[in-house]
Amino acid sequence: MQALISPVDCLHLSIEIGGIPIRVNTSDADFLDMLQNRYAGFVGSSKHAAVEFNVDLFTPGFVDPDADVRVTQHAGKWAMERGDFRAEWEPARRTGTIRQSANPYSIDAVLRIVHTLVLAQEGGFLMHAASVIRNGKAFLFAGISGAGKTTISRLAPPDATLLTDEISYVRKGAQKQDHSYVAYGTPFTGELAKVGENVSAPVSALYLLAQGPENRIDPVAPGQAVRELLANVLFFAEDQELVQRSFHAACEFVSRVPVSRLTFVPDARVWEMIG
Amino acid sequence: MSRLYVARNTRVAARNLDGEMMIMSGKDSTLFTLNKTATIIWQSADGATPLDEIVERRICPAYEVERAAALQDAEALARELAAHGILDVSESPIIPANSQPADSQPADSQPADSHSANLPAGESR
Repeated sequence: MQALISPVDCLHLSIEIGGIPIRVNTSDADFLDMLQNRYAGFVGSSKHAAVEFNVDLFTPGFVDPDADVRVTQHAGKWAMERGDFRAEWEPARRTGTIRQSANPYSIDAVLRIVHTLVLAQEGGFLMHAASVIRNGKAFLFAGISGAGKTTISRLAPPDATLLTDEISYVRKGAQKQDHSYVAYGTPFTGELAKVGENVSAPVSALYLLAQGPENRIDPVAPGQAVRELLANVLFFAEDQELVQRSFHAACEFVSRVPVSRLTFVPDARVWEMIG
Repeated sequence: MSRLYVARNTRVAARNLDGEMMIMSGKDSTLFTLNKTATIIWQSADGATPLDEIVERRICPAYEVERAAALQDAEALARELAAHGILDVSESPIIPANSQPADSQPADSQPADSHSANLPAGESR
């Protein structure tokens, strides 16, 4: 007997950033194509997803472009919303839903939020920083918009691998006794509009960017380093425990990774001081 | 005259970084740096030791100040820290629900008034 209701084809892909695979399920082939293009280089084949999202596409009546992101936790479930999307994620079940229109920006915001929550639990973070691998070591360049993240990325020598010119992805080393940090490539782009390479390397240094009349590197006291690091960490959740974890993560990072201020003039010679 | 008791608020995170005591409020993500006197009070704020004892044993010897004036300043400072949610202040001993350890590293020569900075609200598209 023919089924009265035909099953909707479920399409999916796995977006793997920072070694964390997030599976996205959708019934819309065009949306899937868009995601495959948007996250090219980060689409994996992992069968084991850390998180699995079902995307429910709809056409919104009105979207407030200035709406703030709101991320709250209740009864073990995270709720994330902005004018253009609404999402839920239940970590214990590793599943969630995203309700949005067929655009790349909404799901990109959800992915960033989920990664910040996952990283906050394990002592890592996303931060406003460019990151580059050179000679097997990763270097982070932090600063607000206009500080020079894109410029320092653009000036990087040919032997350097760009991880990101905008949002750096930092995790603690895989082993419990491993006190190092690892920077991963991300598809989150800035003005360079160039997706980072999906590779990783141990973090060798964090530079706080400043532009000035000469190239120089100056030490930064630990307290000031923590203040500036936290000012650049992406954090969305209204959650006391995670705020405290992020603070301790920043302190840990500063105690293990050299933090300096890099003042530079915008020409390639600055890279003679790095790596 | 009633005595004042102070206890570390359990909803903040604290670290002593190279002698600089930093405190982050879990409530609103505000970051504070304590000056030397505030650090002494924070480290001694166990909820059971009256503030006047903290002043007499820890602050007066450190600064060679007159007890009454030091106590007056300490009370004002404790109430300011309480207003920021860093300390709990009471006229009776405070039994913390969940004891917040003071960072045990010594505070040395750090100066400064309270200082605050906020985590960014977050990234949007």
